[in-house]
Amino acid sequence: MKLKNLLPIAAAVAVMPSLGLAQEAEVPAAVPTDVVWILNSVLFLVGGFLVMWMGAGFAMLEAGLVRSKNVTMQLTKNVALFSLAAIFYYLIGYNLMYPLGTWSIDGVLSGIWGPGVLEAVGVSADAVDDYAYAATGSDFFFQLMFCAATASIVSGTLAERIKLWPFLIFTIILTSIIYPLQASWKWGGGFLDEMGFLDFAGSTVVHSVGGWAALTGAIILGPRLGKYGKDGKVNAFPGSNLTLATLGAFILWLGWFGFNGGSQLAMGSIGDVADVSRIFSNTNTAAAGGAIAALIMTQLLYKKVDLTMVLNGALAGLVSITAEPLTPTLGEATIIGAVGGIIVVFAVPFLDKLKIDDVVGAIPVHLIAGIWGTIAVVFTNPDASLMTQIYSIVVVGIFVSVASAIVWFILKAVMGIRVPEEDEITGLDVAELGMEAYPEFSKG
Amino acid sequence: MKLIIAAIKPFKLEEVREALTAIGVRGMMVTEIKGFGSQSGHTEIYRGAEYAVNFVPKVKLEIVVPAAMADQVVETISSTAKTGKIGDGKIFVLDVGQAVRVRTGETGEDAI
Repeated sequence: MKLKNLLPIAAAVAVMPSLGLAQEAEVPAAVPTDVVWILNSVLFLVGGFLVMWMGAGFAMLEAGLVRSKNVTMQLTKNVALFSLAAIFYYLIGYNLMYPLGTWSIDGVLSGIWGPGVLEAVGVSADAVDDYAYAATGSDFFFQLMFCAATASIVSGTLAERIKLWPFLIFTIILTSIIYPLQASWKWGGGFLDEMGFLDFAGSTVVHSVGGWAALTGAIILGPRLGKYGKDGKVNAFPGSNLTLATLGAFILWLGWFGFNGGSQLAMGSIGDVADVSRIFSNTNTAAAGGAIAALIMTQLLYKKVDLTMVLNGALAGLVSITAEPLTPTLGEATIIGAVGGIIVVFAVPFLDKLKIDDVVGAIPVHLIAGIWGTIAVVFTNPDASLMTQIYSIVVVGIFVSVASAIVWFILKAVMGIRVPEEDEITGLDVAELGMEAYPEFSKG
Repeated sequence: MKLIIAAIKPFKLEEVREALTAIGVRGMMVTEIKGFGSQSGHTEIYRGAEYAVNFVPKVKLEIVVPAAMADQVVETISSTAKTGKIGDGKIFVLDVGQAVRVRTGETGEDAI
C-alpha cells in the first residue's frame, strides 16, 4: 500500500466516477504537496487509532461471551496478543509485508528482513521516505493495527480451553510471519495484486486469515468439555455478560470506520475525501444490514431474537463490506451486509453440527462472511474478476490453514495446547491465573 | 414455636416482607434459591442450541414464630405472594424444638 501500490489504486479511483454517486466530475490526480502528505498521514493516524480501539472491542465482546470463570483469562489474552503483535510486526512483519519491490522470491517473499525503521526526528519535506504518500510512522502505525486485529480474531474462537503461553506463541508466529507474508501478496504488491485481486481493506487479507487460523486451531484443539453430547446434542454455554458483548460490538463498529476509511490510503484531494466519506457511510449501513438481517432471521427461526447473533450479524455485515466499501451504493452495501448477517445465523449452528466449537462466532463472522465479502466485490466493482477473487481466497486459505496447522501441531507436541480437564472445569481464571474477573459474584 | 419455610417468586419478596412486618413478624432469613415444582423447567435457545432451564429462581424465607401466630403468617404469605399463575411457590410449616438468642442467652419464644 506504499507508493508503488498507490498507483493502481489511483488509477482505479480515476475510472470510478462513472460508478460513484458522489463523484460527478473527474477526480484530478493528486499532485504531491506538503498538504497532501500531511492529510494522508492524518488519515492513517486517525484511522490507526480507531483500529487500535478495535482491540478493546474484541476484548469486551469476548469477555462478554465467555463464562464468568474464564473472563480474566480472555482479557489477559487480548491485551497480551495486541502487545505481542505490536512488537513482532515491528521486528519482522512490517518489512516482510512491504518489500517495496525488493523480493527474495518475486511476488511471494519479501527481500527485506529486519525491524521497521521510521523517518528521522523532524524530517524535512525533501528527506521523507515517500513525498507522494505519507509519513512512514503513520503507515507503520496504521498497518500494525490490522495485524493486531487478525490476531484478535483467533482468541475468541479458542477461548475457555487453550493454554495461555502456547496461544501467545502462536500469536507471535501469526503476527510476525503468517499474516505479513500473505498480506505482501496483495498489499505489498505481490503476485495476487499483480493478478488483479481486489481486497480493499481486508475481507480476505485480514479477516479470513484470522478466521482460517481460528478454524485450524479449533479443529486441532477440540471443543470445550461438555459442549457436544453423545447423541449429537449441542449444549449451550451462555455468555457471562451481554452488556460487555454489546459494548464490544459497538466499539468494533466504530473502529471499522478507521479500518475501511483509512484503507482509502489518501485524503489529499476532493475525490479522496469524498471516497472516504462514501466508505464510512457504506461501512455503517452494511453493519446495520447485518444486524437487522440477524434480528429477523433469529426471530423467524427460533421465535425469539438472539442478541448475540444480532451482534455477530452486525460484525459480519462489517466484514462483508470490507473487501469493497467504496463502489457499492448505500443500498447495495446494506444488502451485502445483510447477506453477511444471514450467513452468521446459519453458520453458527452449522459449525456446531460439525462439532467445531467457536465460542464467539469468529469463524462465521470473519472467515465465512469474509469469503462472501471478497466474492461480493464483483457485484459492484467492474474491475474485479470472480475467478481471481476465488483463486486468491483459496490461495490465502490453503497457505494460512497449512501454516497454522503446522504451528498448532508443533505446539501441541512440544508443550500441549489444552489445559488439563480439571482446570477447564474450574475455569482458566483460577486455574491458570489465580485471579477472577468477578470475585464477589457467586459462581454461575 | 413453628418454622415456616416459604419458597416464593423473587419479585414478591419486598411485598411479603412488608405484610409480615405489619402483622408483627420480627425477623426472617432470606436465601436466593433455584428449584422446580409443578412449574417445572422450560427450554431456551442460545446461538442456535436449545438448552433446558430446569431450575427456576425463587426466594426462600425461613421464619420462626410462636405457634399461635403460625396460621396468620402462612395466610399472609400465601395471600401476598399469590399471582394466580403457575410458579407462585410453596409453604411448609415445621415444629421447632428450641430457639436461643445468641447475644442474651434468652431461649424459647423470648428469643424470637
